[in-house]
Parts: sequence; C-alpha cells; structure tokens
Amino acid sequence: MSLKPTHELHSRRFGRNLGVGLVLAAFVAIVFGLTVVKVTSGDFALPKIEEQN
Amino acid sequence: MSDVSINTAVREDEAQFGDFFALLKPRVMSLVVFTAFVGLVAAPVGVHPVVGFCAILFIAIGGGASGALNMWWDADIDRVMRRTRNRPIPSGKVSGQDALAIGLALSGLSVMMLSLATNLMAGAMLAFTIFFYAVVYSMWLKRSTPQNIVIGGAAGAFPPVIGWLAATGSMAVEPWLMFALVFMWTPPHFWALCLFMRNDYDNAGVPMLTVTHGRRATRVHILVYTVLLAVLAIGAAFTGIGGPVYLAVSVVLNGLFLMGALRIWRRDEEDAEADNFLAERRFFKLSLLYLFLHFGAILAEALLRPYGLGGWA
Repeated sequence: MSLKPTHELHSRRFGRNLGVGLVLAAFVAIVFGLTVVKVTSGDFALPKIEEQN
Repeated sequence: MSDVSINTAVREDEAQFGDFFALLKPRVMSLVVFTAFVGLVAAPVGVHPVVGFCAILFIAIGGGASGALNMWWDADIDRVMRRTRNRPIPSGKVSGQDALAIGLALSGLSVMMLSLATNLMAGAMLAFTIFFYAVVYSMWLKRSTPQNIVIGGAAGAFPPVIGWLAATGSMAVEPWLMFALVFMWTPPHFWALCLFMRNDYDNAGVPMLTVTHGRRATRVHILVYTVLLAVLAIGAAFTGIGGPVYLAVSVVLNGLFLMGALRIWRRDEEDAEADNFLAERRFFKLSLLYLFLHFGAILAEALLRPYGLGGWA
C-alpha cells in the first residue's frame, strides 16, 4: 500500500489514541514494577534443581 | 482504498478518551479508592507500597468496570432522567456495545490483576462485588423493589473489605464494620437525593421509595436509617478500627446528621418546595462529608497506631 497523506480521522482521533497509548504504557510499567517487587520480596522462589528432577 | 474509507461509523462528535473514562463513573470510583485504601491501611498487616498501589488501582478499575456495565444496562433509564441524560451512552457518544465490551474487559482484567498482585480471596471478593453491582443491583433489584438502594448499597460497601483482604488474605470483624458503615449510610444519602431530584425516578419508572411509598414515607425512612447509622457509627468507635479521634469525629458528625434527618422528617412538601429543598440538599452534601470524615478518622487511628497513639490501648 502506498503512503498517503494523514486522513482527517487520524487527527480527530489523536487524543483518543494518545490516551489508549499512555494507558497501555502505564499498564506495562505497573506490571513490570509489580514483578520486580514480587521477585525481590521473597514471594516468588525458583524451584530447587533436585525438585525439578 | 485507504484503511479509513471503509470505516462507516465515522462521526463528527465521536467519543474522546474522556467519554470512555466517564463510563467508569469517576466520582463513585473516588469513594471506592478512598474506602479501599482505608481498609488496606487499617489492616494489621503491612503491605509493600507498590503492591498496595496496585491493589487500590485494580479495585478502582473493577469498580469502574461495574459502573460501565451499569451504564450499559441502564441506558434506557439514563436517557429519561435529567441527572443522567448527559452520560456517554444516552448522549450518543459511546455505543452500548462499546460500554459492555469495556465493562467486561476491565472486569476480567481487574479481577485477574488483583488476584496476581495480592491474593485470590481479594480477587474473588472483587469479582463478587462487580457481579453484585452489575447483576444483583442493576439488572434485578433496581427495577423491581423499592428496597433497591438498601440491598444494592452493599455493592458500594465492599471496597474496604477488599482492601483489607488484599493486605491480610483473611476475613476479620473490622472490615465488616466498615462495610456496615457504608451500607447503612447509603439509603439516607440516596433518598435525600431522590427527594430533591423530584420526578426524575417517577418518569424513569424506577421503583424508588419516593415513587412507591411516597415522599412522607421516604422522610421517615431517612430518619430511621440515620438513627440506626448513628448507633452503629458511634458504637464502632469502641472496636478495633475506632479510638478517641474516631469517637470525637463520629459524635460530632452523627449529631449534625441526626439534626439534618430530623429537619427533613419535620418538613412537608410545601416547606421543601418553598426553599427549593434546601434541607434535603444540605443533608445530601453533609452525607458526603460524613462518610469521608468517618473513614478519614479510621485512617488516622490506623496511622497513629505505630506510634502508640491510635485506638484505645
């Protein structure tokens, strides 16, 4: 598909798309932060090697 | 053909991000956030700040999701009522299908994430709360009984219990006292609103107490519930969530609230019409402050406890 000038719809929906983008970025940051806390606070432990075998 | 030319649903006044956010009932969400936060902090178990933040966030999203489901189901009523006709669905900005999709997606996401961030008990309680508000209250009780707001008020009372569960993972009496406080507060708060919103509920065909039993009976109900609420609220001062600060706040607020309820009970419709429901409007505003300060006092007691100042010990 060839490149085309930005459709009016894209500029009209800019605010909406920006909002969704920011929410998704925030969600990623929250999941990352939560994972770091869970892993470092001892809630999560890797199974021992002998238990795996 | 460009990717947008096939989009037939293009509208000039289409929904912006804020309209989708409005589906989550931000004002109700603020109550959910605050009471859940107090439940979490009042719990005797410390929570990592990031986990605590996530717990409150996902409880708020769950509350917002149930709000979106409520707006989807009640769009026909919202269209008729002055108070609600500017909501995103009746105003035509967001379609009912979109609201349903957002409500269901956020419900699943919030329950899953709360379970992962804290524990399964908290996640299950959040799921039950969403079910209670969307199905038991919105779909069943609201249109079938004048006690809708009494039983349905439980939905708004669960957040402190979920906050407590998120911290402890187990049940105790204290969060249920906070539940009881919101539960008993909801009817007088809402009935005062019904009195000064006058014919809104009549027109929408919702069997509110003002419609089924009349406005005189509603005034009596407000007084009775306020007396019961005062006994409960002051009594809670002598439990694990109370203390001297809470007792002082509660005595003053319940005194004011009882005076407001008495004023409403003494008035008839003629008096109320004469001053444009001034006493009812004041009572409604006071009810917001009442709940905020009671939970603020519970929070203060919990925050003072590590310094040996909170509670009676």
